[in-house]
Amino acid sequence: MNALTLRMQDEMFAIEAGSVREILDLVPITEVPNAPAFVTGLINVRGRVVPLADLRVMFDMDRPPPDEDTRIVVIEAEIEGEPTVVGILADKVYDVTDIEEGAIQEAPKVGMRWRPELVKGIGKRNGSFIVIPDLGRIFDTKGGRSQPMAEERAA
Amino acid sequence: MSSPTDPAETFRQEASELLEQLEQSLLDLEQRPGDGDLVNSAFRALHTIKGSGAMFGFSEVAGFVHEFETAFDKVRKGLRAATPELIAVALDAKDHVHKLIGDPAAAGGDGILQHLRRIVDTDKFPEAPLEPSSASAAPPEAAGDVRHWRIKFKLPKDALVNGTSVFPLLEEIAAIGPASIRAVTDDVPVLAELDPEVPYVGWEVELESETDPTAAIDDVFLFLRDGMELSIEEMVADAPTGAEIVLDEPVAALATAAPVVAVPRKEGKSAVAAEKAEKSGGSSLRVAAERLDELMDRVGELVIAQARLSQIAAGSSDGSLKSIAEELERLSSGLRDTTMGIRMVPIGSIFSRFRRLVHDLSRELGKEIEFITTGEETELDKTMIEKLADPLVHLIRNSVDHGLEDAGVRVANGKAGRGTVRLSAVYAGAEVAISVADDGAGLNHARIRAKAEENGIISPEDKLTEQELNQLIFAPGFSTAKEITSLSGRGVGMDVVKRTIDGLRGTIEVTTRPGEGTTMTLRLPLTLAIIDGMLVRIGDGRYTIPLSAVEECVELPDSAATSSRGRNFLDIRGSLVPFIRLREVFGTPGEADTHQKVVIVSSGEGRVGLVVDQIIGNNQTVIKQLSKLHSSIKSFSGATILGDGTVALILDTAHLVGVGQADHRSSQRHAA
Repeated sequence: MNALTLRMQDEMFAIEAGSVREILDLVPITEVPNAPAFVTGLINVRGRVVPLADLRVMFDMDRPPPDEDTRIVVIEAEIEGEPTVVGILADKVYDVTDIEEGAIQEAPKVGMRWRPELVKGIGKRNGSFIVIPDLGRIFDTKGGRSQPMAEERAA
Repeated sequence: MSSPTDPAETFRQEASELLEQLEQSLLDLEQRPGDGDLVNSAFRALHTIKGSGAMFGFSEVAGFVHEFETAFDKVRKGLRAATPELIAVALDAKDHVHKLIGDPAAAGGDGILQHLRRIVDTDKFPEAPLEPSSASAAPPEAAGDVRHWRIKFKLPKDALVNGTSVFPLLEEIAAIGPASIRAVTDDVPVLAELDPEVPYVGWEVELESETDPTAAIDDVFLFLRDGMELSIEEMVADAPTGAEIVLDEPVAALATAAPVVAVPRKEGKSAVAAEKAEKSGGSSLRVAAERLDELMDRVGELVIAQARLSQIAAGSSDGSLKSIAEELERLSSGLRDTTMGIRMVPIGSIFSRFRRLVHDLSRELGKEIEFITTGEETELDKTMIEKLADPLVHLIRNSVDHGLEDAGVRVANGKAGRGTVRLSAVYAGAEVAISVADDGAGLNHARIRAKAEENGIISPEDKLTEQELNQLIFAPGFSTAKEITSLSGRGVGMDVVKRTIDGLRGTIEVTTRPGEGTTMTLRLPLTLAIIDGMLVRIGDGRYTIPLSAVEECVELPDSAATSSRGRNFLDIRGSLVPFIRLREVFGTPGEADTHQKVVIVSSGEGRVGLVVDQIIGNNQTVIKQLSKLHSSIKSFSGATILGDGTVALILDTAHLVGVGQADHRSSQRHAA
């Protein structure tokens, strides 16, 4: 699998390189009130309004403020059968690499700190694990147990 | 049209237009059964479909239409009257042709044809004889008598350039019956002035045929009719005169008589008939709808880029930059208007569909209905017109089914037995008002109220104005129809109508008078793509409010600002307007500005005040749809890109007005 590797918190993730359209430096993000927590933002990508997804929310990670390494990976995903351009916030983007299909394992049902249905598989590279998220499922569930921002703030 | 188009697709488009023409003619014919021109127009449409269907390989279509045509021919000849029954079957047949074009294996054609034949065969005596009209004038004929016809024709000027050759045409005519052909060379100029690409020679054919050959001749010249001279008349005198060339003799004879015609055709000129038809169309051009959408997107981006440039230029002291920015602003606004103009389509294109709907409803329900349309020429954005079709179908159904009473009831109430449904469109400022009006019983307010209470939409203590009661019919899960007919319950409900219209940033008004009828008026913006917006700030976020919805802006009075709970309405010149603190709705962090503003927006009859921190100003707003990821958020109808490149959300005023009104009602309830 030809994949783009990126880091969120301290985990490596890999996204199918074919679905990546471009990688942007951080741009101004417009917040959408009452949106599901993992897609609170909208960005302007070459004149298009594109939703910005923060997968760290789905994986229960810390969300430190963006720094100079923060990038937006613009990908094309299918959401409810409609091809949609979505931005994904990454703490750091590395490179495009080949992950051997044979080295990809199914996500273990237990022993993972994330909901297994969000993970398509776990790859290996240089002795460390790479998480391959199931983007199709993540977007289709619109964040699953979507908690509106308002509630989160109230808490 | 630079890209090669699929000829079959061209046929489909052409056929669907012709079928529409056929349907219109049939429906008109029902009103005026004696009108020979209508019969001919229907017949022409059928004939062209048959011809081009066979040509593009739609043999099932051609076969069916041929049978259809044969049966319908008796009407054309005045042997059968266009009875309502015949029209109904013909409409079914038309629908079947439509199906066949999509799916050549579509079943049901035989039944329709049998029915059609039965009607034309049994219905021996025409009730209303056809008025003779020019093309179909069929003089009484004694069967078996050979009649002589004179056909004169001259090809259109561009025929040779387009690759038409006259000889195959002459052969086709000769195939109809014994023919003698004469070339008319009167118009051939002297050699010096001769343009080898112009067909100067006219032709005169004397044809023997027992029946009127008009249809067959029309068939021969199917793709040349525009611009060509053609006359067909029956010869009373029996002996043909003039120099004769009998076609049975070799073509060489023709060539000597008319050498000019034998000029070799130029290579490379396409002879595709569809293309020719297009050329003769002249001033109009068929363009794929997606390309227009793409153009609109590009123009939208240009407008955004231009806004950024203007913003930069405004902050600069460079005179030449300022002037180029102004120039670009002028150009892009011109380009925007032109592009939007291209997308405008007269609404008549969907009105015609509804005639069929009313026709079918009228038969189904046994109600006699007069359907009147006005304002067909009113233009609206193409996408808007497409989206309007379904809501209008439902409103019309509603008027016919629930609005109009049965003839007996009408007569008992001193009204004409025949009900009227009026569909009209007019410009009203930057909006278009489309109304569906019936002269039926009007809305029954008592019943609406009872039903709404029963369904828990309102509580018995609620005090509602007449307008609010009228709007209840759009509430989800609301239906007052005592019995469920096959018409209601099919397709969309009134709440879906309301939602669609809201989605188009339109409003629905209902006016009704007991015993006199109901009028539903849809008010819609002219275009969907670009609107004027008012930019406001709430906390750090900037939002756009569609300017067309804004009524006025006022300062939030201190009294209202301090009491955050409780009295959530303003006194606007004597009327109470509820207001919504958008900071609360959006969960905006931080302190509110000391002097908050209220933007009063309206939707339909409802008004609500939106409390914002600051009003920034007006801007051109190119509307972008939100993705599916944000489809659950109802407060916004879309987003736009501001001059500085950031994204701003567009407030859905119709939704917010609804929220405000509901809050208002519930707070009243608590107070009571």
